[in-house]
Amino acid sequence: MFSFLKKSPADGKSDAKPGVPADAAPVEAAKPGWRERLFKGLAKTRAQWGGKLKSIFSRGKVDDELLEELETLLLTSDCGMEATLHLLDELKKAAKRDKLDTPEAIQQALRDALLATLQPLEQRLDVSTHQPYVIMIAGVNGAGKTTSIGKLAKYFQGQGKSVLLAAGDTFRAAAREQLQTWGERNNVTVIAQESGDPAAVIYDAIAAARARGIDIVLADTAGRLPTQLHLMEEIAKVRRVIQKIEPEGPHETLLVLDANIGQNALAQVKAFDKAINVTGLVLTKLDGTAKGGVVTAIARQCPKPIRFIGVGEQIDDLRPFSAKDFVDALFE
Amino acid sequence: MLDNLTNRLARVMKSLKGEARLTEANIGDALREVRMALLEADVALPVVKDFIAAVKEKAVGEEVIGSLSPGQALIGVVHAELTKIMGDAHEGINFNTQPPAIVLMAGLQGAGKTTTVGKLGKFLKENHKKKVLVVSCDVYRPAAIEQLKFVAGQAGVDFFPSSVGEKPEDIAAAAIDWAKRHYHDVVLVDTAGRLAVDEEMMAEIKRLHAAIKPIETLFVVDAMLGQDAVNTARSFNEALPLTGVVLTKLDGDARGGAALSVRHVTGKPIKFAGVGEKLTGLEAFHPERMASRILGMGDVLSLIEEARKGLDEEKAVAFAKKLKAGKGFDLNDFKEQMAQMRSMGGLSALMDKMPAQIAQAAGQLPAGAENKMIGRVEGIINSMTPAERAKPELIKASRKRRIAMGAGVQVQDVNRLLNQFEQTQKMMKQFSKGGMGKLMRGMKGMIPGMR
Ligand SMILES: Nc1nc2c(ncn2[C@@H]2O[C@H](COP(=O)(O)OP(=O)(O)OP(=O)(O)O)[C@@H](O)[C@H]2O)c(=O)[nH]1
Ligand SMILES: Nc1nc2c(ncn2[C@@H]2O[C@H](COP(=O)(O)OP(=O)(O)O)[C@@H](O)[C@H]2O)c(=O)[nH]1
Ligand SMILES: [Mg+2]
Ligand SMILES: [Mg+2]
Repeated sequence: MFSFLKKSPADGKSDAKPGVPADAAPVEAAKPGWRERLFKGLAKTRAQWGGKLKSIFSRGKVDDELLEELETLLLTSDCGMEATLHLLDELKKAAKRDKLDTPEAIQQALRDALLATLQPLEQRLDVSTHQPYVIMIAGVNGAGKTTSIGKLAKYFQGQGKSVLLAAGDTFRAAAREQLQTWGERNNVTVIAQESGDPAAVIYDAIAAARARGIDIVLADTAGRLPTQLHLMEEIAKVRRVIQKIEPEGPHETLLVLDANIGQNALAQVKAFDKAINVTGLVLTKLDGTAKGGVVTAIARQCPKPIRFIGVGEQIDDLRPFSAKDFVDALFE
Repeated sequence: MLDNLTNRLARVMKSLKGEARLTEANIGDALREVRMALLEADVALPVVKDFIAAVKEKAVGEEVIGSLSPGQALIGVVHAELTKIMGDAHEGINFNTQPPAIVLMAGLQGAGKTTTVGKLGKFLKENHKKKVLVVSCDVYRPAAIEQLKFVAGQAGVDFFPSSVGEKPEDIAAAAIDWAKRHYHDVVLVDTAGRLAVDEEMMAEIKRLHAAIKPIETLFVVDAMLGQDAVNTARSFNEALPLTGVVLTKLDGDARGGAALSVRHVTGKPIKFAGVGEKLTGLEAFHPERMASRILGMGDVLSLIEEARKGLDEEKAVAFAKKLKAGKGFDLNDFKEQMAQMRSMGGLSALMDKMPAQIAQAAGQLPAGAENKMIGRVEGIINSMTPAERAKPELIKASRKRRIAMGAGVQVQDVNRLLNQFEQTQKMMKQFSKGGMGKLMRGMKGMIPGMR
């Protein structure tokens, strides 16, 4: 069921690669493996949903009280009002149409409704259409942008692609050093500048990638809140500058969302989409108890493909998004 | 969809006009709307339930006074209760210990701990004349220590170096030892972000806490958090004897329901609010402002409230109506609005009624500048003819020169005022259409000196 969370045993040790700085070592030693932690995390998520679901579904009847409890369930997973009401509506319709009267059938119907909502967001990223394929990463402060870039570099290298990183966060203290560490862990070049101009850094990085025949450029940017209009304008400018050197670029604009964030994630998608035309999402920190249900609201109100999910702080803690697995994880 | 509570209640309360008392029956629908509003603001569901029960108990039997509608009366109760739960206005750092006072930061990944260490360091140094040492026990995140070093430099506080090979307890112990020998008043201990379900990491911070026995253990939370805030807060509160909360990223547009969830679950005071990425972006926490924000009504209603406290109620109501209607707003109203601002205690007092981000932006004005500015605006409008005030588009070059002469200002000043007026007018229109989001954006252009 959790095939997306599993990988070959050999992968578990992949952090011990040449180029991994000494600082990574004690961490690996001290903490349990990522898979263990992930399963612990998801087990918690499952226990909460599963536990509640069981008690709800064991009632076995589709009455108002049952629907109210299901509403509660969806709301507490951050699905939001609109998506919750929609899902319950679908459920009611299905129950009536198909004369559902067993707990299993109700559960399956809700599962189907969730899946129908999320399935359209499952669209894998095809990076073979351009070279260099320029991916710009954006999001609010602390969402997990830089870490996701570190993981993506590993992921794409695993697919035989060459990768280059652009240190476009010129604002946050030690942001460059943070990205450089990820560069070292991946053994890839990080283009950085002393200058404070993110557009210039990323422009340079794309030029360097061209010169070196690199397949993928991952461009980091500083975190920003949509209320900081000058910063939204700044990132729009970064995008325009990219287009000066790559008229069709950025080929992918990823918005990184923290699964812990509530309904504001919707506003984030809308605002960033307006500024930089978001083409995909990364949903991070799913290794915690937060369920990331806000993606159902996103699917309803401002759908964007969810390209990847983040399930931990280590280099391998990244998975392509699978709607079925996501829904299963909620119901297990 | 994201209607504010005022609008929501207006709808369900229509049927209640003329009822003199709030009863369980007549507030049922309204309370359901309050529930929705709180959920949309990301208040965790169990907390919403408790809160609604408390409000119900308070509200039933309440008299509906004077000109208020039952809806407004209920909002009054809701708002007061919410403010009460949010806690007291401000409780600073506790220094009541043998120096150095040790402050431990804890929270999820990316919450804002390191930045808050920098902000607090700067704040304690500048406002409390404390000698501050900061130290990072984040041996996990790449460049976390460098980040704190940089931030300490910006804050002008002392930085105790650490390295990733060391154990957090050892780092903190060494830093505290150093602080004792160098007469630091405060040691701020930064830690790595961690998930509450990460048992290893929670055990680590428990050990760290036991080793350094901080007088303050601050839980740093992102104001954007969703429903899970309640679980996270409960776990951190169970693992550590928290003494307070810092709510970060309030400069965003999240409604911040997490503040209520965290406060409800931990019972610990929210001591500070983070309102910007820069180190100056730290504020005392305002419970009343937060309550308005969560309810999505940091607007007209609280203006009315303010007016009811002895100021000119009729004018405020008329102003609020115009604000809503967005039409017929001329220079007379603009002047009126300025005068109202002044009588309400100046722009800064008014801004307290607005959501945090406007208030913050307004805080960038130098002290006293606002009243001077208001005075100048009044002067300019006073030297216009009634016709000009009612139809500002009449004011062309020669009239501008005359007005400037009359008010003893430059023509640019007249231009600037007309610009501000136009923007305000536009903003009023947007407000009537689109609510607070647009209003806030509009507001930025309206107030001079604000970026
Ligand atoms: N806009 C805004 N940004 C903030 C605020 N507080 C922190 N940030 C930003 O949020 C991001 C994360 O902040 P950090 O201080 O690094 O958070 P942390 O909790 O130390 O994060 P980890 O060490 O990664 O767990 C950074 O980009 C900060 O600049 C705030 O009040 N407003
Ligand atoms: N548990 C967990 N932590 C994450 C994940 N992704 C990022 N983080 C952590 O979140 C914090 C902020 O990440 P960072 O990449 O610096 O965010 P940025 O500010 O958006 O670049 C760091 O402490 C990361 O280690 C994830 O999937 N799971
Ligand atoms: Mg970053
Ligand atoms: Mg930190």
